[in-house]
Amino acid sequence: MADIAITPAKAKSQIREATSWDQLKHNRNWLGFWFMVPAMAFLILFLAYPLGLGIWLSFTDTKIGRVGQFIGYENYEWLWDDAIFWLSVFNTLLYTFVASAIKFGIGLYLALLLNENMPFKAMLRAAVLIPFIVPTVLSALAFWWIFDSQFSIISWSLKHLGIINQNINFLGDPTWARICVIFANIWRGVPFVAITLLAGLQTVSPSLYEAATLDGASRWQMFRHITYPLLTPIIAVVMTFSVLFTFTDFQLIWAMTRGGPVNATHLMATLSYQRAIIAGQLGEGAAIASAMIPFLLAAIMVSWFGLQRRKWQQGENND
Amino acid sequence: MSSVQIRDVRKSFGNFEVLHGVSIPIEDGEFVVLVGPSGCGKSTLLRMLAGLENITSGTISIGDRVVNNVQPKERDIAMVFQNYALYPHMTVADNMGFSLKLRGAKPEEISTGVKRAAEILALTPLLDRYPRQLSGGQRQRVAMGRAIVRDPQVFLFDEPLSNLDAKLRVAMRTEIKELHQRLKTTTVYVTHDQIEAMTMADKIVVMHDGIVEQMGTPLELYDTPANQFVAGFIGSPAMNFLKGKVKSNGSAGFEGPNGVRLPLKTAPANSEGQPAVYGVRPEHFTIADDGAEAEIVVVEPTGSETQVFAKLGGEQVVAVFRERHQFSPGDKVRLKPDPALVHLFDETTGKRLNG
Repeated sequence: MADIAITPAKAKSQIREATSWDQLKHNRNWLGFWFMVPAMAFLILFLAYPLGLGIWLSFTDTKIGRVGQFIGYENYEWLWDDAIFWLSVFNTLLYTFVASAIKFGIGLYLALLLNENMPFKAMLRAAVLIPFIVPTVLSALAFWWIFDSQFSIISWSLKHLGIINQNINFLGDPTWARICVIFANIWRGVPFVAITLLAGLQTVSPSLYEAATLDGASRWQMFRHITYPLLTPIIAVVMTFSVLFTFTDFQLIWAMTRGGPVNATHLMATLSYQRAIIAGQLGEGAAIASAMIPFLLAAIMVSWFGLQRRKWQQGENND
Repeated sequence: MSSVQIRDVRKSFGNFEVLHGVSIPIEDGEFVVLVGPSGCGKSTLLRMLAGLENITSGTISIGDRVVNNVQPKERDIAMVFQNYALYPHMTVADNMGFSLKLRGAKPEEISTGVKRAAEILALTPLLDRYPRQLSGGQRQRVAMGRAIVRDPQVFLFDEPLSNLDAKLRVAMRTEIKELHQRLKTTTVYVTHDQIEAMTMADKIVVMHDGIVEQMGTPLELYDTPANQFVAGFIGSPAMNFLKGKVKSNGSAGFEGPNGVRLPLKTAPANSEGQPAVYGVRPEHFTIADDGAEAEIVVVEPTGSETQVFAKLGGEQVVAVFRERHQFSPGDKVRLKPDPALVHLFDETTGKRLNG
């Protein structure tokens, strides 16, 4: 008994006090911080810093080759009275809404179609992805040729069919030009929507459809009461991304029309590029780019509420 | 409620025939259990009855109506799926009322129907919950509630208890049987578990490789299995089979493996010397001085009974005793099958030989 009482006292004296450095070495939060540092550095360097710099530039009169002065809201005041800026805002909203809505419609339709049992299913699914794989600029160039005022294959075909007798000036007429760039954007964006929604559809258990069949649901009722509600979370995700990508689109427009004719297809992104880089007015270009932020935030807010876990979804507290 | 007639029904997937002409008469209000090992075609048959699979040939009638080409929703049946197939985005009440809603029933009508079914199944406090907030047994009850709401002619159950733990399964078994006694709706129940079949059925249909091996009440199947397959499938622990030949020596008897002598009440006519399979259920062994000598290998007491694994003529057999013998491995005992309760099967066809 006595021995036992003495031994721990001896052992205790040999243990040295843990220094604060020792404690830090074993602190999981401290370790976790160091694991996060690379990601944080990456985000700060390539996202937060450019964003901050862009917003700062929009408050200066910086030109290429000349450090600017802080001029407050002057750039924004200029833009407020700039008809071309407002036209580009209108164009961007039109482009985003029309293209996203049609992409959603066609994408959902394709997804439902590809979810059916049919011959060559795997091949068709792969084929749907093609527009997504082709580099944007290459497909834009292809569309540029398809819509060329002289060599357009569409005009050529229609002429040979005797439907028209003059080439359609696809990219030269404001209305046609808008239709053409929206069409090209839809062509490019549909696969993303279709494949993502298809993935969502495949998570719906087939036995739900069997149960609904026995409950007496028609195919439309099955879509309306089962497929669509179960798909809403993934629709919210895919449409948020689709809207963000479309709103900030630059490549397609720049390669096809450069914003023409008469600024009819200028989006905020292309106008910003034109003012900042081509014309050298970095401050004004940055102001246009910064003006996109409220719109993007609004889109993100919509999806934030759309993405809220529904009560029936797994993974939240009960009741 | 109505009767169901399944007449010479066949089903092929491509060139592969899974059901080879199945005929099952089901009476009004009867509880029929289709039982068999996986791949025997029992679920396919149930799905054909529901209208989820086409019928390759033969006819299925519900009541007086042949339903081969009738849409599932027109067949007036309700089905409970193995995974319950509850709509995850609907509350319990909405799940149960969905079929009525699709039928265009008025909201009051739907809520009355749902309330009635919820009371029968004690689901009333859960009506506003979502399926993910329910336990397995509660989900199972909701799936049954969804079937009851429709007040169908026939209930179909597709292995409804397979996803539940053992204790809950026993409780739900009783609940389903009680429900049937209350509602008296014709029920077809598919399972691979012979205990479920024995405990619940009015009539058991044992299926194997796309044919019906035997149909009858649970006790008929237990007492006089028509062939070796049914004999081995029904009963737990399974029946012991010993190969040998009929050899009467003064009295009727059987010569088992390594010349072990086993008793028979009466030898089938003209069977002397015929090779056969001797079947005896574990619970039909007794310890007797004139029994065959066996060496005990393993003793498994379960409290209410004791399972004894022993070597009889070199073959392992299992015997079950209600009384508490003091056995230990290596002991020699004399096991005697009750001659009135032994079964004799043809060695090649597996058909039952004794009456």
